[in-house]
Amino acid sequence: MIGYILRRLLIAIPVLIGVLLVVFLLVRLVPGDPCTALLGERATPEACERFNEVNGLNEPLYVQLGIYFGNVLSGDFGESIRFSRPVSDIIIERLPVTLELAIAALSIAVIVGIPLGIMAARRHNTTADVAAMAFANVGVSMPIFWLGLLLAYLFAVVLLGTPLALPPSGSLSPGTRPLPFYEVWGWQISEEGFGATVAEFISNMTVTNAFISFQWEIFWDAVQHMILPAITLATIPMAIIARMTRSSLLDVLGRDYIRTARAKGAVERRVVRRHALRNAMLPVVTIIGLQLGLLLGGAVLTETVFGLAGVGTALFEAINARDFPIIQGFTVVIAATYVIVNLLVDISYGYLDPRVRLE
Amino acid sequence: MTLGEAEMSLRPDVAVPDPESLFEQPGSVWRIAARRFFQRKVGIAGLILVCFMILVAIFAPLIAPYDPYQNFIGVEGAERWAPPCINAFGCEGPQHIFGLDGNVRDFFSRVVYAARVSLPLGFTTVLITIVIGTVIGAIAGYAGGWSDNVLMRIMDVVLGFPSLILAIAIVFVLGPGLRNTLLAIAIVTIPQYARVMRASVLSVKEVDYVWASRALGASPWKVLVTRVVPNALTPLVVLGTLGIATVILEAAALGFLGLGAVPPTPEWGSMLAAERDRIFTAPHLMIFPGLAIMITVLGFNLMGDGLRDALDPTLNK
Repeated sequence: MIGYILRRLLIAIPVLIGVLLVVFLLVRLVPGDPCTALLGERATPEACERFNEVNGLNEPLYVQLGIYFGNVLSGDFGESIRFSRPVSDIIIERLPVTLELAIAALSIAVIVGIPLGIMAARRHNTTADVAAMAFANVGVSMPIFWLGLLLAYLFAVVLLGTPLALPPSGSLSPGTRPLPFYEVWGWQISEEGFGATVAEFISNMTVTNAFISFQWEIFWDAVQHMILPAITLATIPMAIIARMTRSSLLDVLGRDYIRTARAKGAVERRVVRRHALRNAMLPVVTIIGLQLGLLLGGAVLTETVFGLAGVGTALFEAINARDFPIIQGFTVVIAATYVIVNLLVDISYGYLDPRVRLE
Repeated sequence: MTLGEAEMSLRPDVAVPDPESLFEQPGSVWRIAARRFFQRKVGIAGLILVCFMILVAIFAPLIAPYDPYQNFIGVEGAERWAPPCINAFGCEGPQHIFGLDGNVRDFFSRVVYAARVSLPLGFTTVLITIVIGTVIGAIAGYAGGWSDNVLMRIMDVVLGFPSLILAIAIVFVLGPGLRNTLLAIAIVTIPQYARVMRASVLSVKEVDYVWASRALGASPWKVLVTRVVPNALTPLVVLGTLGIATVILEAAALGFLGLGAVPPTPEWGSMLAAERDRIFTAPHLMIFPGLAIMITVLGFNLMGDGLRDALDPTLNK
């Protein structure tokens, strides 16, 4: 097992380095320089010169690359040109929003998708099966930004005034000021240090923060704001998980050991739970892991539709403003998260299915 | 009576094959696949949807009542964001069955013409990706060794990004527009095709007819091009069909983010982006382009599923 984990790690490292390199080169290839983008078309050459000097844009490319690698390894992504703040601060502000959204979406997808797939497989070729698969097929075929807009219209316009109405944008109602959980708990947080960063990170997860600090009204408000974006983001993974569960379970239910289980007189429910599901879940676990890329890409669209201040919108705004350090930092963080989660999925797969370790 | 027939006649549960059927032409892989494809409703439904959208794209000038760029500013009864007006349903003004958009253009004509953007985009992108993916995958799988390693590590790096994020970054570097959308989506999807092709080549290259070809003295290139690649292409057909759906969705997403087709080109994604602020007052401008995307994507997805079932040898009955 340890050998397997080490082998996976060794594959992930060159990929991460490659990803860093690609981001660095892409950012440098962008036409138009950051100086005129930020200081305006009429910036004087002297102003530009000083600007480039301050931001290290005058050094030769390989020097910039060396500095960049060193900084990334020490968690320093430079300073945002637009906000004059460290990029890492902005990441701590924005990443929790996206993370919470992605976790909520993936939970919905798993909680709805797997039972839906099981139901479809157990009632193979019935109306219920056909309906569930039609739903799944439509689910994977919808542009998620369109689904988001439709849901916003349905819950914020059509159902306005009913108890089902939900807010279509933002992560809290205007004017709501939640207290960070550490203040509620009476913790003294120092300015610097790892602990402070973690505390800040958690306090930026609106729903979680309100929950652990017992601010129930704010919690309820945050949950209401979370429902529509989470459903939007969950739809495609849900459909994919349901389809995978169905086909995998159907495959397993046709195996000899299932016939043996039935023959020895086990009730159907036990056959499905004890004998079939355990074996059918392996491909489903893989497919759940693979959804992460979709979730991160989809988060950009979902956040744009619902006006959430997450990683996606930050990246998108930075691209429009040519804020190089932010683009660089956020892309690296997103890609690194992606590579690391894929690594964890690989490892968990090796744990679940011993055959995989021997490849 | 041969031994086999004697054995069969002793076992009443084994059906003796109809002697007539033994004289039928066995048919090529593709003919068998086609027969299987048309036996299942899912694939046929997909094919119908796809054909419908292709016909819409081809006959757009005949279907659309107006030029998609023509605006009705100053025309009596024409207002910005006007809701659909269908004469048959009792609406008395000039007929606009999907209403008018923010620039007072006939929305139906624009939705119809947009099929001429998305479908060719989907086909060309997938064609390019299949060609490049095949070349990379075939070389990696057939040559093995360091070229396999280098090519596949590069593919791993591209797969290290969530695809939409990388596509956004590439379009941003290249600048918005349809050609760059095509390039960006092709770059981010090539690794999938290369991987599938490599795996397929690895399994085909050890098959007897490949060895036979080698034993007859064919050069490695000839073996690769005439024996291995044609037989390894099957999984790419399925992947390509499903890939068209992905391309259309991603192109619409880029369009929605303002990085795809440039206005005034009618394109479903950017049409949604242009009118998204009107969602609360003119929802019809949201519904139709999205519906068009969904029907097209659904068609390719169903067709891909049908093809996969038809081409999958493990499902042999």
